[in-house]
Amino acid sequence: MVRLITHNLLACHAKGCTSNNFPLQFQDAAIELRDAEFNADFLRGFLPRIEWTALVGAARQLGDTSLPAEQPEMLDDEFLQKLHHVLLEVHVEEGAMVCPNCKHVYPISNGIPNMLLAEHEIG
Amino acid sequence: MIPTPDLSHLKRADYEHVYEPAEDTFILLDALEEDANELRELQPRTCLEIGPGSGCVTAFLGTILGASSSLYLTTDINPHACKSTKATGLQNKVPIESLQGSLASPFRHRLRHSVDILLFNPPYVPTDSDEADFAQQHADIAGSWAGGRDGMALTDILLEQVEELLSPTGRFYLVAVKQNHIQDISRRMLEQYGLQSKVALQRRAGREHLFVLKFQRTQSNT
Repeated sequence: MVRLITHNLLACHAKGCTSNNFPLQFQDAAIELRDAEFNADFLRGFLPRIEWTALVGAARQLGDTSLPAEQPEMLDDEFLQKLHHVLLEVHVEEGAMVCPNCKHVYPISNGIPNMLLAEHEIG
Repeated sequence: MIPTPDLSHLKRADYEHVYEPAEDTFILLDALEEDANELRELQPRTCLEIGPGSGCVTAFLGTILGASSSLYLTTDINPHACKSTKATGLQNKVPIESLQGSLASPFRHRLRHSVDILLFNPPYVPTDSDEADFAQQHADIAGSWAGGRDGMALTDILLEQVEELLSPTGRFYLVAVKQNHIQDISRRMLEQYGLQSKVALQRRAGREHLFVLKFQRTQSNT
């Protein structure tokens, strides 16, 4: 599965690609929406690890504009429900993720991203 | 008693390309089960297993902690293992994010000091180095066991990254065998990275003397 929570943790790791290598840009993404169990404690606990701007940008690329541009200070239930949906219920099944810097393409097939590099690309 | 994950969806043909759970898998499950309360109290948010194979161990961890309580990430170079892991997550109602990748590479930039539970049941069988290299390049079932010199070819690479990955309260569980030189591993991790370790479990299974080593930061290194 490539959910946005995972996308938010992935950076390009090709040889020499160390700056502007995050977030990866979605290309030709085919998405599916699937319900996930809501867990407010998990969301509150995980939020400090999220790069907010990258999350909002990725969601918008996939057509979801429910999140505010700035991370709100008040984590009320309405906000957590939106965050839950964007992080955990949007699955990218097909397509690719492309490095904004070196343009390396990481394909996604059947919901599994291929993050492997060829031998000459390994740093 | 936490039930062993349901793997009935995996067939004989799958196990031609994916490591079938065996004694080394079960000792890791047993170590996690013994630590179940401790692990729940840590409230882990990010769990990462390297080389999940069938996905049995992460599915088990998800059953211990709760499907919605943590993010469960796995990386495996073997595409068959990635598919099996994804399917095992679905079968056991644990949402596993199965990625094809080498060790923790795609996450090193963003998961710095952020992994709460790190699991690795590596290819630990001593073989010659060429055999281990070939197995990794081939990314099939031999890559699940052929470990190169002292069985440490892959483990040595990950050990260099563990401190960088672990969160302040992070735990790292590593499966090893006697030929991997358990005391050397522990000493090196303490001296070079300030990670203390203990033998969580050990047992003999056939010809193998299996260990589960558990690492965490020392008090002064959190």
